[in-house]
Amino acid sequence: MQCQCAANRSDLSLLEPVLAEYADVKGSLITILQHAQEIYGYLPTDVIYHIAEKTGSTPARVLGVATFYTQFRFQPVGKYLIMLCDGTACHVNGSSRIAAAVREYLHVENGGTTEDGLFSFSIVACLGCCSLSPVMMINEDTYGSLTPAKVLEILKEIRAKEAAK
Amino acid sequence: MSIRIAVGKGSCGIAAGAGKLSEALAPLLEGTGITLGTVGCIGMCWLEPIVDIYENGLLKARLVQVQPEQAPMIAEAVRTGDFSVIEPLRITKEDSAFLTQQTRIALRNCGIIDPDSIGSALEAGGYQAIGKILSKENGMSPEDVIECIKVSGLAGRGGAGFPTWFKWNAARQSPGDEKYLICNADEGDPGAFMDRAVIESDPHTLIEGMLIGAYAIGAKEAIVYVRAEYPLAIKRLEHAIAEARDAGYIGQNILGSGFSCEFRIKAGAGAFVCGEETALIESLQGQRGMPRLKPPFPAAAGYWYKPSNINNVETYANVAWIINNGGEAFAAMGTEDSKGTKVFALTGKIRRGGLVEIPMGMTLRQVIFDIGGGIRDGGTFKAVQMGGPSGGCIPASLLDTVIDYKKLAATGAIMGSGGMVVMDDSTCMVGMAKFFLDFTAKESCGKCVHCRIGTKRLQEILTRIVEGKGKEGDIELLEELCNAVRDGALCGLGQTAPNPVLSTLRYFRDEFEAHINEKRCPAHTCTDLLHYHIDAEKCRGCTACARKCPVYAISGVVKGPHEIDQNSCIRCGQCMATCKFGAVSVD
Repeated sequence: MQCQCAANRSDLSLLEPVLAEYADVKGSLITILQHAQEIYGYLPTDVIYHIAEKTGSTPARVLGVATFYTQFRFQPVGKYLIMLCDGTACHVNGSSRIAAAVREYLHVENGGTTEDGLFSFSIVACLGCCSLSPVMMINEDTYGSLTPAKVLEILKEIRAKEAAK
Repeated sequence: MSIRIAVGKGSCGIAAGAGKLSEALAPLLEGTGITLGTVGCIGMCWLEPIVDIYENGLLKARLVQVQPEQAPMIAEAVRTGDFSVIEPLRITKEDSAFLTQQTRIALRNCGIIDPDSIGSALEAGGYQAIGKILSKENGMSPEDVIECIKVSGLAGRGGAGFPTWFKWNAARQSPGDEKYLICNADEGDPGAFMDRAVIESDPHTLIEGMLIGAYAIGAKEAIVYVRAEYPLAIKRLEHAIAEARDAGYIGQNILGSGFSCEFRIKAGAGAFVCGEETALIESLQGQRGMPRLKPPFPAAAGYWYKPSNINNVETYANVAWIINNGGEAFAAMGTEDSKGTKVFALTGKIRRGGLVEIPMGMTLRQVIFDIGGGIRDGGTFKAVQMGGPSGGCIPASLLDTVIDYKKLAATGAIMGSGGMVVMDDSTCMVGMAKFFLDFTAKESCGKCVHCRIGTKRLQEILTRIVEGKGKEGDIELLEELCNAVRDGALCGLGQTAPNPVLSTLRYFRDEFEAHINEKRCPAHTCTDLLHYHIDAEKCRGCTACARKCPVYAISGVVKGPHEIDQNSCIRCGQCMATCKFGAVSVD
């Protein structure tokens, strides 16, 4: 299963400080996975194997834990991760229209990434900003009281900013 | 005279632009002697960003919906003392009533103190309760603390409403030296955000409540399990823990009393079921968050199978107040069964949405109409959803229901963690039931067959009903399955997953029947059941709709009446939005 092609291998040395701190602390698997995802942007297969080896576990168990939680990704994500809230308040206030606008403009389905690798789109559970519903987060920034037009404006602005670089 | 300008920077405030506003104000106030500070969330989320101006510690003006462009105007007004230019920004009397009708205990400091300053928390009376408990002269024993909580009648604010003192006492009585105190801040209930607000706005109140709990049960380690979706809450809590440690409230030999307690934060990774206490413990141990069989309860065998106590954020946020004011003062508020106050997150189609803390015993009508201002955009109240995916919808006929654990449960909803999502007549109740089952089917951990497969089947039946493919007998099948899932599941998630279906069936059965028998959605939201028509008399033949239609389903000649081909129509509604003559209708 492990990819032997050197070009696709992850730089495992980046994970050393994390493993040095947590590998022997019992109950730290989720913390290690969270740090790994911060480093690599997702959880590559070879990283999962490496974590299993260093924590004295099996790849199946590590992957079993990782797939249980929605936070963990197994594919690289775009530069901008759009997290559209579909909690109750956002749902009642029309988040499905916002989702449709994103899909139509970016040509990307829930869980997908645009071809240029700029945007990933994910519909998520409540972000806890219910009073501003419908809400989305793009990376660390939260945008509230969305309308389809407002979403397009935000996305176009990011595209333009990136194109100018 | 000291003047302080405080900008509300909870997550909602920041999303509304409070960060930019603060940045705009900072250079304008430099060298003026006026201080610029941060506060958390006052709970009036529909008015964000909010700026408070204090003179000698007294609130002089509260400005709302402030834009960064207005910063120079505010700086000028504060510098000169002439507030006339900023009068239009001042909160209205009507909006102020949102706060004055509340009784704040858990939220007592939210939006008032600086969450990043322990000094600000101490000024507001922070850590007095733990000081009182640990004082050498007239301190309180762990048993005294538990007794005080018992007198208060405080019950778990996470949803189940279990008496807090009972859990504390059970953990205290459990044999062993190694015990853990855990805070459940995995606020996964969609529509509830009071725990986030408390941590972001007043983290020291949570820490103090947990310290008291740890002292009462005899724990030396306290752990806060926070949702990873709340990065700001985690950041502020980390900072608060560090400050409390430096000030001697966390660590070894706290205040020289011999009592020691360490704190740490564990970020959750996104799983609704981890709100269930045994699933949370599994997750803390680095496993898949799957619930354990109870008994043994966590009080006997919890984290690493040691005696553990778990309460949620709001529960702990009440503790210090109870110690300071006495259990009787807390018990004096509320109803016979439910004591004290409860925080609700009022959202949905409400005019004034935000955080509301009221004494138990108020009616739903008072909260939604008197405090929340009723339905926005001229809609009509239809139902209020309480308790999220474990709760139910309460119809207009029961608006005078009193807020109390038992009275709410009798309606088919639950108190839950305090999400109150208000719906108007544009919300389809079958669609709502489907929405929650989509959620629980996805979040079921898969341990129990009834929950794993039952929620999936419920979801499938509801999906076919909203798609216009419902069959005779579907309602009865839903009811049968709901009972089976409720009886066959191990944990709270599965046992309560059918509630959204059962409660909508109870009060809105006619909507289910309309979908199944007449293939009609009374709220006009289920796309597959909509039919768009053009009124030939009103149509001027301007062709605007035909040009806008993405699937060319509209035909007709210029200046002649147009027609929609129902077979090719995808029911996107663009024709209706485009028509200037009101000729397009939907049924």
